[in-house]
Amino acid sequence: MRIRYLLTGVLLGVVTLGAQAPDRSKLPTPGSAPTLKLPAIQKRQLSNGLPVWIVELHEVPVVQVNLVVSSGSADDPAGKYGVASMTADMLENGAGARSALDIADAIDFLGASLATSSGSDSTAVRLHVPVGRLTDALPIMADVALRPAFPKDELERLRQERLTTILQARNDPAAIVGLTFSRVVYGTSHRFGTAIMGTAQTIKALTIDDLRAFYASRYRPDNATLLVVGDVTPDKVLPVLESQFGKWKSQGAAPAHVTFPEPRASGPREVILVDKPGAPQSQIRIGWVGVPRSTPDYFPLQVMNTVLGGSFTSRLNMNLRENHGYTYGAASVFDMRIAAGPFYATAGVQTDKTADALKEFLNELNGILQVIPEDELTRAKHYVALGFPERFETTGDISTNLENLVVYHLPDDHFSKYVQNILGVTAADAQRVARKYILPDRVAVVVVGDLKSIEPPIRAVSLGAVRILTIDEIFGPPPR
Amino acid sequence: MKGLAALFAALVLPTAVLAQTPAPPLQIPYTQFTLPNGLHVILHEDHTVPLAYVNLLYDVGSARERPGRTGFAHLFEHLMFMGSKNAKYGVFDQSLEAVGGTNNASTSNDVTNYWIMVPVNALELALFLESDRMGYQLEVMTPQTVDAQRDVVKNERRERIENTPYGSAEITLEEMLYPPGHPYHWPVIGYMDDLTAASYDDVVAFFQKYYAPSNASLVVAGDIDAAATRKLVEKWFSDVKAGPPPEPITIPGVALTGVQTRTITDSVPLPRLYLAWLTPRHLEPGDSALDVAANVLSGGKSSRLYKRLVYDMQIAQDVSAYQLSRNLSSYFLIEATPRPGHTIDEIQKVIDEELGKLRSEPPSAHEVQRAINEYEASFYDGLERLGGQHGGKADQMNAYYLKTGDPDWFNEDLARYRSLSPSDIRAAVEAFLPAGRRVELTVAPEPASNNQQR
Repeated sequence: MRIRYLLTGVLLGVVTLGAQAPDRSKLPTPGSAPTLKLPAIQKRQLSNGLPVWIVELHEVPVVQVNLVVSSGSADDPAGKYGVASMTADMLENGAGARSALDIADAIDFLGASLATSSGSDSTAVRLHVPVGRLTDALPIMADVALRPAFPKDELERLRQERLTTILQARNDPAAIVGLTFSRVVYGTSHRFGTAIMGTAQTIKALTIDDLRAFYASRYRPDNATLLVVGDVTPDKVLPVLESQFGKWKSQGAAPAHVTFPEPRASGPREVILVDKPGAPQSQIRIGWVGVPRSTPDYFPLQVMNTVLGGSFTSRLNMNLRENHGYTYGAASVFDMRIAAGPFYATAGVQTDKTADALKEFLNELNGILQVIPEDELTRAKHYVALGFPERFETTGDISTNLENLVVYHLPDDHFSKYVQNILGVTAADAQRVARKYILPDRVAVVVVGDLKSIEPPIRAVSLGAVRILTIDEIFGPPPR
Repeated sequence: MKGLAALFAALVLPTAVLAQTPAPPLQIPYTQFTLPNGLHVILHEDHTVPLAYVNLLYDVGSARERPGRTGFAHLFEHLMFMGSKNAKYGVFDQSLEAVGGTNNASTSNDVTNYWIMVPVNALELALFLESDRMGYQLEVMTPQTVDAQRDVVKNERRERIENTPYGSAEITLEEMLYPPGHPYHWPVIGYMDDLTAASYDDVVAFFQKYYAPSNASLVVAGDIDAAATRKLVEKWFSDVKAGPPPEPITIPGVALTGVQTRTITDSVPLPRLYLAWLTPRHLEPGDSALDVAANVLSGGKSSRLYKRLVYDMQIAQDVSAYQLSRNLSSYFLIEATPRPGHTIDEIQKVIDEELGKLRSEPPSAHEVQRAINEYEASFYDGLERLGGQHGGKADQMNAYYLKTGDPDWFNEDLARYRSLSPSDIRAAVEAFLPAGRRVELTVAPEPASNNQQR
């Protein structure tokens, strides 16, 4: 009782304050946007010529050290798809005098993380560590990056792990739609038509010699950059880096990127179906070859795609999720690489609305070819440009940005001019790039779902010729 | 090659010694106050980047639902984005995107969390939007609004559960661990029939019961001025009406009395084993020791289960162990997937051997120190970010406040790990992970699954 009385007293206080309720009739207007002080990139090099880029960030006593090698799975030789990513995975499984288990134990004991991974265009060895333990962790990183041992039994272990991953992917709708789309758009002769890890056949055929050959030709100081972000200063960190990475040498001519045949021309629009019996949702991916990262249309594409499917209020998400309730979320992506990567629009939609959802996707792909209204365009530009500081919050964020500068040879002022370049995009620019790259009549429409339910309605809406692919046609023969 | 390798081996030896150097104590400066309507507010300045971050935690999760209306706390979270009296549907997301902001929310068994990240010049907009839906949401809510998000949430469930390999295992596991009627018996995402049944009247009742300012805690962090921010918070949140506190949640007793075994099927090519035990609640004695036990068992390649099952014997594709810490009851989970040609039984035998060893003999000091070092480092990593999609220190401060009354509880939390000895880990495994009282769930491939035959 007593407590209740006291609470009443508190409530009376609220009523008094409530009398001064703020004016809620219009939204508070933001002041002028803050300028992000971009952290300076201090560019140095070691005695062997290895470039070192250092960004100081002293808020938290941690440091991120990334050794970026400017070669990735796009450089896999024909017939050896998967060699770049297997080489990367093997680095930390035996290096110098250390076994795979020694490396893992030592890194974990330091509270560090050490990861190696390979994408289309680059490979990175990434170390994140409390700054007080940097000098303990760097020799391990250097062994992993510079002195991998490529033990045969470790290759056999990783080979079986990958074959099992493929076995599992053959049943996972999200994995199936991704690979089917790549295969349909790029075919078998272009590297992008096959998964980064390769196929069961190429994985089975990989040898230690393949890995050593790839390593020898690609991992070298004239094809790599060392990025350091965190609670360090150049004066203190450079001698340590020199002692660990300074004696690394290149031999012979520097490697060039593998070049691809032009992807085949698009269209007419085609529908590719993959059966997933009983699936309650259909996984959809619609698109074609997009653009390389070097495209001069980079900024207009960022803005146009934000309107189409790059934000919560984008047209695809508002239509398919908010207005129709067909999906938990719809989006579109320009996946830019050194060679032209794919553009696609995507969602998982409930099975009984699959054909309806496809129609709405195409409505939006057609709609974006028209001039974008000014308020919608401005919102998208502000979303991309003003949200920019979020991409510079952590050592990991900043190192990712630096990796992009290195791998895609972006100009030094890419980030300092980013905001003005986005804000400078006009409605005409956005329409021009939409008409150039969004080709609603020439796209591949890939759907993975319960064919018995979705095939008749999809045929009935007549989006194009319908072709059905089997899991084996997409993934190759089963692993075992 | 050999000589070089030996040289590097010699250089490495001091590693373990240096790693013992204690890290500096964690201190997160903050100010806090409570508005007359009961809203608790915590302010933290961090001038790294010109961002402001608003994190609002409501002390309500799916544990407050009743059978027949499961999934409602999460459905309600979606409805909070459907407009309020002075920011009609669409305004919330559109106005935030127009200033370069991002936002999202999440619901767990215990809490519901809303966050907004904006460039600091738009902080007042974020506070306006958050306060308007705290104070004036019901005035624009209609049965149609509920219907629109009902379909979205059902598709969220299809995407996360039904159309994801092994997606329904966690639901079955919790149904086995907790008896019907226990607030953790049902999944946060809810059952489809219950999502269908949720009504407009339910929405009104839920809002009035659990969304009063006194049932919430607000953190504003980032490139802010604490004094000016306090004025803005007072301006926008003071007119939100106070409400009665919800009745305290009762913590039902729960215990496993034997071994419960079940097999369900899914469209997967390989079976998966799940072993689970009921364990001490979040922050109770034993909770942090079980975190360390999980790390000793499956944290990294040199952990006991990973090394044996995946690395040495190569009879499993993956293995992981966790202590899932929650307010009313936690559980400890071990899951593992056998490689093709191997069986659940082979794997279970090895897991039981390793658990048996940990019950009878403490782990090495090295294994425990390794786990503690990893926890310590993860605390620092968490400080790099304010919050958002991947969490961060402001989220943690709000969670600490709700749980302990102290937003800067980082050192105390870390001390729970630093103080552990190997014998504490053994004792926790013996006490809380007995062989005779647990849940054993197998997800088996459907006979006609769409696997490698096609």
